[in-house]
Amino acid sequence: MDAPIAEVRDLVKRFGDFTAVDGVSFEVRPGEILGLLGPNGAGKTTIIQMLLGVVTPTAGVIQMFGLDLARHRERILQQVNFSSTYISMPYALTVEENLRVVGKLYGLTDIPRRIDEVVKKLEMEEFRNKLTRKLSSGQLTRLTLAKAILTDPKLLFLDEPTASLDPDMAHKTRSLLKEVRRSAGMSIFYTSHNMREMEEMSDRIIFLQRGKIVAQGSVEAITRRYGQRDLEEVFLKIAREK
Amino acid sequence: MKLHRIAALITRHLYLYKRSLPRVMEIFYWPFLDLVIWGFIMIYLMKFKGELSGAVTFFLGALILWDILFRAQQGITISFLEEIWSRNLMNLFASPLKPSEFLAATMAISIFKVAAVSIILVVAALTFFSYNVFIIGLWLLPFVLNLIVAGWVIGVMTTSLIMRFGQEAEVLAWGMVFLFQPISCVFYPIEVLPQWLQTIAWYNPAAHIFEGMRMVLNESGRPLLHLAWATALNVVYLTLMIGWFHYMFSVCKERGLLVRIGE
Repeated sequence: MDAPIAEVRDLVKRFGDFTAVDGVSFEVRPGEILGLLGPNGAGKTTIIQMLLGVVTPTAGVIQMFGLDLARHRERILQQVNFSSTYISMPYALTVEENLRVVGKLYGLTDIPRRIDEVVKKLEMEEFRNKLTRKLSSGQLTRLTLAKAILTDPKLLFLDEPTASLDPDMAHKTRSLLKEVRRSAGMSIFYTSHNMREMEEMSDRIIFLQRGKIVAQGSVEAITRRYGQRDLEEVFLKIAREK
Repeated sequence: MKLHRIAALITRHLYLYKRSLPRVMEIFYWPFLDLVIWGFIMIYLMKFKGELSGAVTFFLGALILWDILFRAQQGITISFLEEIWSRNLMNLFASPLKPSEFLAATMAISIFKVAAVSIILVVAALTFFSYNVFIIGLWLLPFVLNLIVAGWVIGVMTTSLIMRFGQEAEVLAWGMVFLFQPISCVFYPIEVLPQWLQTIAWYNPAAHIFEGMRMVLNESGRPLLHLAWATALNVVYLTLMIGWFHYMFSVCKERGLLVRIGE
C-alpha cells in the first residue's frame, strides 16, 4: 500500500477552555476522496484550517507528503490547495486577473494556458472578464474552485464546494472533481452537509462529533454498523446522540 | 523569500489600483488638496507678516515630506486591510506565501504609492507656489528613504495590531500615524516641545529628519548627525517591528484569529 498523502496523529485544538478538536487521528490515502462529516461545531473547519497551516494545533502531529507541516509549511502548501464557500476573492479584480495572481503566487509556468484549461473545464468563459464583485454566488463558487484546481494540487481541501451551485452545476462539478482525481491522481478532503453528495463522492467517511471521531470507514461499512439505510439517517442518529 | 510570490501580491494591488476610484483618490486627490489648501493659507498669512516667506519654504517642504511618511505607512496597512475587506487572507496564508514575503510586497506597494504621491505634490508645489522641494538638495534622498522606513515601522506596527484585534482596530490605519506627528516636529522645531517631550521626540527617527530638513533650509550646517540617528533608530525599530509582526502572526494562528478577521 502506498504511503499516505496526509497523516494526522492525536490532533488537539483548544481555544481557552473549549476543545474544538480532541485527539483526532486519520490519514488521507493517495487518490482517495475522504469525506469529513459532522454537525455544525463538530470541528470540521478547524481541522481543515489546521491542515492548511492557518491555525496552530494545541497538540498532535500533521504530516503531508512525509513532511511535518510545522517545519515544512512552504513545501507542503505548494502542493495543496483549497476551496470553500466561506471565502472569497478580491472583488475589484476580474475572474481572470484573480486566477493570474493565484498562478503567480504558486509559481506556475504557462499561466495563460492553465487558466484557459480551468476556465473551460468549469464553464467559466462567459464571465472570465467579469469583475468578481459582479459574480453570482454560484459563479463565485466556481471561481474559488478554479483557483483550487489551477495549481494542480496533490491534495485538495473542499469545504462545501457545491453549496451555492444549482443542481446542474453541482452535478457537473462533482463529475469534474472525480475526473480530476482520476486523471491527476489527486487526493481530496471533502466536507458537505449534502449526504447524498457525500455518498456519491467519498471513498471513506470520517464522522466527527464534538471534536472526536465517532466513526470512520466506507459509506457501506458505516451505514451497516449503525443499522441505517443511508448516510443521512446515520448523520441524524449520531448528531442527536447525547 | 520567493520573488514570484512577492510579485503576485504586487500584481494583485496594481490590478486593484487600476480601477478603484477610492484608491486612486488616496494617491492623487487628498495629498493634492492638502498641499493646495495649506499652500494658500501660507500665502494668506504672508500678507500679514512679510518675514513669513521662509516659513512657507519650511511648511511646504515639511508637508511633502510628512506625506511621504504617511503614504509609506498607508501602503502597508491599507494593503493588509484590502485583504480583510475582500476576505482574501485565508487564500494568501493557506498558500506557500510567508509572512515576510507578505511584508516585502506591502513595502514594495508603499514605494509605488510614495513615488506617485511625491510626483503629484512636487509638481503641484512648483505650479501653484513656485516651490521647489529640490532646494533641499542631495539631502532629500536620504531624508526620503528614512521617512519611508519610518512609515513602514508605523505601518507594520499598525498592521500587527489590526491582525491581533481585528476590524475594530481598523481605525488605527488612519489614526496611528498622527500619534507620532506631534513628536515628529514636522511643522515646528523640536525646542518648541516641553523638555520631557523633547526627550521622547529624540527617539523618533522622523523628528531627526525634520530637524535635519530645517538645518539644510536654514543653512545652519550639515545634518549628518541627525541622519545617522534617524537611520540607526529606523534599523532598530524596523527589525523590532518585523519580529513583532511575526510574533503576532503566530499568536493569531494559535488563537484562530487569522481566519476570523473580517467575518
